[in-house]
Amino acid sequence: MFITRKAEFSASHVCRVPSWSDEANREVYGDAANEYGHGHNYIIEVTVAGDPDPVTGMVVDLKHLKDILEREIVQPMDHRFLNYEVKPFDRVPPTAENIALEIWARLQNQLALPARLHRVRLYETADHFVDVTSEDFDT
Amino acid sequence: MRAALTRRYHFSASHRLHAPALGKAENARIFGKCNNPYGHGHNYQLEVTVHGTVDLETGLVLDVRQLDRFVFDKILNRFANRNINMDLPEFRQLIPTTENIAIVIGKTLEESWTAEFGAAGARLIGIHVQETDRNGFDLVIGAANSERDATVSASFASVTD
Repeated sequence: MFITRKAEFSASHVCRVPSWSDEANREVYGDAANEYGHGHNYIIEVTVAGDPDPVTGMVVDLKHLKDILEREIVQPMDHRFLNYEVKPFDRVPPTAENIALEIWARLQNQLALPARLHRVRLYETADHFVDVTSEDFDT
Repeated sequence: MRAALTRRYHFSASHRLHAPALGKAENARIFGKCNNPYGHGHNYQLEVTVHGTVDLETGLVLDVRQLDRFVFDKILNRFANRNINMDLPEFRQLIPTTENIAIVIGKTLEESWTAEFGAAGARLIGIHVQETDRNGFDLVIGAANSERDATVSASFASVTD
């Protein structure tokens, strides 16, 4: 069974590869490469898989999950410039793909067994989102 | 590491659901208002989902601007502000239900995918077409053991308008 919790944060970013020319960055990232950055209202949907506990009837304590999302994701990223204030985006471009992977990395060891992280979905806009699942880490 | 990226596009088009092999009463029974003779329109939403390795340097699964151009050229430019039954040859013999629209869009993108993005690039894995807020369909591309290499599943309340 899957259960999904949503959270939001607003942040700015710029998508650039520092070693590339302005022209090359613009060719790949378009306006997202604009030097001073721009912002999004990011929405994350975190899906946890597991069986309901026979006593509590819950897959995971949603209050606990809410607290984890607040502590690990929202507080460090909300109202920040990701490139300058949130690691590892000082060295990897904060594309939606990389932000989703980073959110996965921050959450994966936070859940108490037997509940497990199943999917992280990151909406950069309503028309652009990324999914990361455990299968995306198989070699 | 890999990730799936979804981009959502929008187009407005008209259609009419009518099966020529069936009589007037039967068409009205099956398709209801969607069978009204002059057709009607929707604001369609099209989601295109791709899956691949996140490039270590760019942090991207694929070139999003290239995907936008590709979807515009192959789909939006042909469907937007058109009468699907009359303007698109694929639907001369095919009823433009949302299921069939998803299948045609999936096939059209799949046919040119490798030529556009390369055999080693991100793969097209899914199409979602939303006809109204209450009516949408998922097309899984490359589903195993499927005769047409695609499956359609309905989401939300499925209605025939």
